[in-house]
Amino acid sequence: MALKIIESCVNCWACEPLCPSQAIFEAHPHFLIDARKCTECEGDFSDPQCASICPIEGAILDAAGLALNPPGSLTGIPPSRLAEAMVEIQAR
Amino acid sequence: MELKVLGQESLPNAAGGCASSGCGGSTDQLAHLPEHIRAKVHNHPCYSEEAHHHYARMHVAVAPACNIQCHYCNRKYDCANESRPGVVSELLTPEHAVKKVLAVAANIPQMTVLGIAGPGDPLANPERTFATFRALTEQAPDIKLCVSTNGLALPEQVEELCKHNIDHVTITINCVDPEVGAKIYPWIFWNNRRIKGRRGARILIEQQQKGLEMLTERGILVKVNSVLIPGVNDEHLKEVSKVVKARGAFLHNVMPLIAEAEHGTFYGVMGQRGPTHDELQALQDECAGDMAMMRHCRQCRADAVGMLGEDRGAEFTLDRIEEMEIDYAAAMEQRKAVHAAIEANREAQRRKSGESFVSLASLMPKKKELRPVLMAVATTGGGVINQHFGHAREFLVYEASAQDVRFIGHRKVDLYCSGGDTCGDAETALQKTIRILGGCEVVLCSKIGYEPWGELEEAGIAPNGEHAMEPIEEAVAIVYREMAEAGLLERPVEQPTRASA
Ligand code: SF4
Ligand code: SF4
Ligand code: SF4
Repeated sequence: MALKIIESCVNCWACEPLCPSQAIFEAHPHFLIDARKCTECEGDFSDPQCASICPIEGAILDAAGLALNPPGSLTGIPPSRLAEAMVEIQAR
Repeated sequence: MELKVLGQESLPNAAGGCASSGCGGSTDQLAHLPEHIRAKVHNHPCYSEEAHHHYARMHVAVAPACNIQCHYCNRKYDCANESRPGVVSELLTPEHAVKKVLAVAANIPQMTVLGIAGPGDPLANPERTFATFRALTEQAPDIKLCVSTNGLALPEQVEELCKHNIDHVTITINCVDPEVGAKIYPWIFWNNRRIKGRRGARILIEQQQKGLEMLTERGILVKVNSVLIPGVNDEHLKEVSKVVKARGAFLHNVMPLIAEAEHGTFYGVMGQRGPTHDELQALQDECAGDMAMMRHCRQCRADAVGMLGEDRGAEFTLDRIEEMEIDYAAAMEQRKAVHAAIEANREAQRRKSGESFVSLASLMPKKKELRPVLMAVATTGGGVINQHFGHAREFLVYEASAQDVRFIGHRKVDLYCSGGDTCGDAETALQKTIRILGGCEVVLCSKIGYEPWGELEEAGIAPNGEHAMEPIEEAVAIVYREMAEAGLLERPVEQPTRASA
């Protein structure tokens, strides 16, 4: 039972100070969660703290590999619109 | 904001407040403030428009974490060529930040203010922010400290803030209505939960207003920053201006939204546009009826160093400051001397421009309606025209009218990217500058090359290098008078003059 931070993390530091288990640490190229320490915040908070403040959709996964903040859930930008915009920008 | 009556204020008043225009707006705006408050802002480049010609500031990026999300922010972005809030090149530990501040203060004696403004929210990182403040209060007592916050954690941090060498706090308040807020803030992190939409926005607004009141009760000056987002909060900002003034804020700074798709922000990606120069000025003028407005904000990088509009950050990277030997006691002595010289110079300029305004007013043909004229000025600071046209990365824009000369804003030449080959920008730097100067009829600089001279003239902007090293307002007044005498200003006024607030 542990969460995982993946490469889309932007190292914004928001999650690190909030973790009740000190499971999150600064690493390169991105922050990491020590799986042995992560409790998914059980017993401390009703929501996993890292996933509740992380501004990046898809950066934190649960044990099953599913994004706690799936695409579109935080920004409200539909994933298709985002993809379109990225193509437009790269084509410049 | 009141218009000053010309000819009655030819001498600086004894209290040391600025009797003459001091860049138009600022002195008028601050004139309503009690003396002890004016003393506080007197040498703060971000609070006093006049001071920003003379004094420098720096920001340190020690507070990366943020407890809310704004639709105009992307915490991922870092570009060394870009100057806008939230952008930094290196994140500092409090220890490194203190070292950097001492190094900069010793090398740029005009520096008076250290600010912590993100990326992230300083008060969402209380340990790092206050560790920096504590050390500086002790080691550099002559430097004022300053924070800029989104306000969510403000009420709980007010007591701690008041313990430090802080005169002012900036709160970014974009709305006072949760309905509007929900369009700007998708979520906040509050009481260990993510709260989305209107509910989140309501809590944020309540915290901001509560924090504002708590600060003003304790005698700390509060400046309110608002981001002007066309179609989202443009109309609403007039209400914001009223509300924050009623709660004791002393200055309102309405800034234009920056939203390029390549910044990857929500607004950028969704195609939300930023305001035009005219829209921004119109709104600033409308809010000015209720509130002192700040117009010289440069939307600096969160690690900017130096005079407003310049960035000397590259001189003070971590490896460079490691090598510097700083004797801060000696530096403090030197700073004192430099500041005294600046004040003497300001005083002299004040007297001078006081004189020129009297003559300006008396020479104006009283009966004819003269239209106001926008002029752009290239300066590196000091309140004088001292920059080569081609070196200017920004221009200060002044409006001259038969009543006075006032500062109305600045325009950056390289706000997003310097263009050129690397960015595939087809527009040349000169064309871009000319476009950015749109609406200005004169550009004052210390020197200008032959080629841009011709192109500027063609675009209807008169280049003028005759007033190099002269005080800005005086030169603007002289040029305006010359235009009046040459009969260039007697066309019927198409738009109402802005100087009506
Ligand atoms: S889920 Fe909780 S315990 Fe696990 S890393 Fe995130 S904050 Fe720490
Ligand atoms: S909050 Fe998200 S993006 Fe920020 S450091 Fe943690 S995992 Fe990375
Ligand atoms: S408060 Fe500042 S850092 Fe946080 S999301 Fe808003 S703009 Fe970005």
